[in-house]
Formats: sequence, C-alpha cells, structure tokens
Amino acid sequence: MGRPVSYNVNVKPLEKDISIAGMPDGHQGEGFFATKLNDVVGLARKNSIWPLPFATSCCGIEFMATMGSHYDLARFGSERVGFSPRQCDLLMVMGTIAKKMGPVVKQVYLQMAEPRWVIAVGACASSGGIFDTYSVLQGIDQVVPVDVYVPGCPPRPEAIIDGVMRIQDLIGKESLRRRNGDRYKQLLESYGIQ
Amino acid sequence: MSLTNERIKQRLVEKFGEQVSAFSEPYGMLTFEAPKELNLKVLNFLYDDDELKFRFLTDLQAVHYPDNKGRELAVVYHLHNLVDNVRIRFKVFSDVNTPDVYTATGLFSGANWMERETYDFFGVNFVGHPNLKRILNVDEMDYFPMRKEFPLEDQTRVDKDDEMFGRG
Repeated sequence: MGRPVSYNVNVKPLEKDISIAGMPDGHQGEGFFATKLNDVVGLARKNSIWPLPFATSCCGIEFMATMGSHYDLARFGSERVGFSPRQCDLLMVMGTIAKKMGPVVKQVYLQMAEPRWVIAVGACASSGGIFDTYSVLQGIDQVVPVDVYVPGCPPRPEAIIDGVMRIQDLIGKESLRRRNGDRYKQLLESYGIQ
Repeated sequence: MSLTNERIKQRLVEKFGEQVSAFSEPYGMLTFEAPKELNLKVLNFLYDDDELKFRFLTDLQAVHYPDNKGRELAVVYHLHNLVDNVRIRFKVFSDVNTPDVYTATGLFSGANWMERETYDFFGVNFVGHPNLKRILNVDEMDYFPMRKEFPLEDQTRVDKDDEMFGRG
C-alpha cells in the first residue's frame, strides 16, 4: 500500500564526508595562493552569518522549523542564532510589524554593527500582506533598508533557506568599500539613519 | 428568588422615571439607554442598590452610527451582577462633535484602560479620566480609526508600489 507521506527513496550518495566552501578565483603555484582580500573576507563572512530572528507571527514558526534538524540552517554556517543585535550580522524580520513596532525594528537595526544585512521573510514583513490597514506597517522597508525579500504567507522553510542563500551571495560579492561609499550613506540617510 | 429583567426595569423606572428608555431584551439580555449626563447616576444606582448589585464592569466600548444625527456615538456598558449572575447592557448616546461622557473610573478601576481604548478608537472624551491618551495605536495618530467616516478600499488603486515603500 502506498503511504500518503512516503520516505525519500532516491538515496543520494555522500560525495564527501566534509563539505568545504569553494576556493575563490586566484593564482596559485607551489606553496602559495594569491587572491583578492575582498573574496577572502566575503567567503568568511558569508559562511558565518549570525542571524538575529525578529519573529512576530507565523513566519517565525516556519523559521523555527528552518533552524531545526530537518531543514537545518546550520548547513549554511548560520546555526548560531544571536539574541543580541550587537553580535549579529543578519536581521531576519519574520511576521507582521504593526506601526507601533516600527520604531522597535529600527532601534534593533541601529544597534547592529556594520556590516549588517536585513531579510524580510513573508508577505507581512515585505509589504504588509493581508493587513492593509491603519495599524500595520506596509513593509519594513519603510523603516529599515532590506536586502532580500522572501515571498510566501508564510514561506516554507525551503523559501527561507533560499533567502538566506541569496543573502550569502550578496555578502560574498559585496565590495569591502561599499559601506563607506556615498551611495550607501545616501541609502541610510533616506531612512534618517546617520 | 433570583433577579429578573422585569424587576431590574421596575427598579430603574422607579428611580429615574422617563429618563431611562428604550428597554429591550435581545437574546434575553436587558438593554436600555439613558441621557449621557446621567450615566454616572445610573451606574452608581445599579452599583449601590442592595437588590441590583451590578458591581462588575464586564466591558465598555463605543459604536458609531453615522446616520443617527445628533446621537452618532453610543457608549455601551456591560454590567454583571455576580451574586445573581445577571448581565445587563446600558447605553448612552452622544453627538459626534461633542463626544464628552463622564468617566466611570471613579466607580470601576477597570474602566481606566477600557475608556482609553474607547477614546483611542472612537474619540470619546471621557471627562475626568486620570490619563486619557491612546493605548493601542501609535501616539502620532491624528484620527479615530474605528469611526465610520473613512471610504472603503478603492479596488482599482495602484499605490502598492515602490513609491509607497520609500523607494520611489
């Protein structure tokens, strides 16, 4: 008899016991390897993101599943969830943000040290979602700059993982000078952040 | 002998005469109204009377009837007699332009936050309230969101774009 939920019968053979992040482009010869500092720093940063969960509703429940052993965000170097904004690199806003909560999100963002990234998980954090009303912030990008939006109501853990992987891409490719640039300063100023 | 709706009505009419009116019993719950100037007198009478003993304020809120000119805002008190387990509903009506109603905080401490909520959403000005300010909405809000004076959503609107999100 078939089962409504069947096990994954396509066994994927283990390729390596330990998976290691790929090597950046560079020159190598006997005993040396030369590459850009940018790439090395990006590689280190993107595989050691400390997320700060800001979970207010059902998207937060999906995030708990994402952190659990089944989906296991630890595979991406993000198992260390920090609950102090001062230690964290990635602000994950998951759930409806009421207008009264807006200043709190902004304060948490301000308390994070540069470089910092923000991911808006779910329809509510991205756009207000179904709560098109006087009391709900229509997207957290009204108070803080957002790097990645994850659609869904709520998004499945796979979608959250996809969002984190896109953040990893952004982090890995980010120029070391970006945060000192005029464009970045203008972006922050447009949010009233000095 | 338990307290009946007829007996409550009789006691109220004995005390206030013509001023308590519009008695009805939707779903068996006695409902009546009084002029808003009398709300504390009626509440006090219901509280102090040895027979009525309505000494618990279950809920307090407002309703906006925009078509009811001159008496748009209804403030509704839900009272409970915990001895006989009887509930009643008491309404006072007010003009939306002068929404001044006396506060019940002197009688029921629990009315404090309920009146703040009612002020927050309907703009009822509770005269004598110790701390009448918004309780649930943001302090900067300059309107009363639950009043029926806002248009329904325009289904053809196109404003949920980047401009709305501070990136226009």
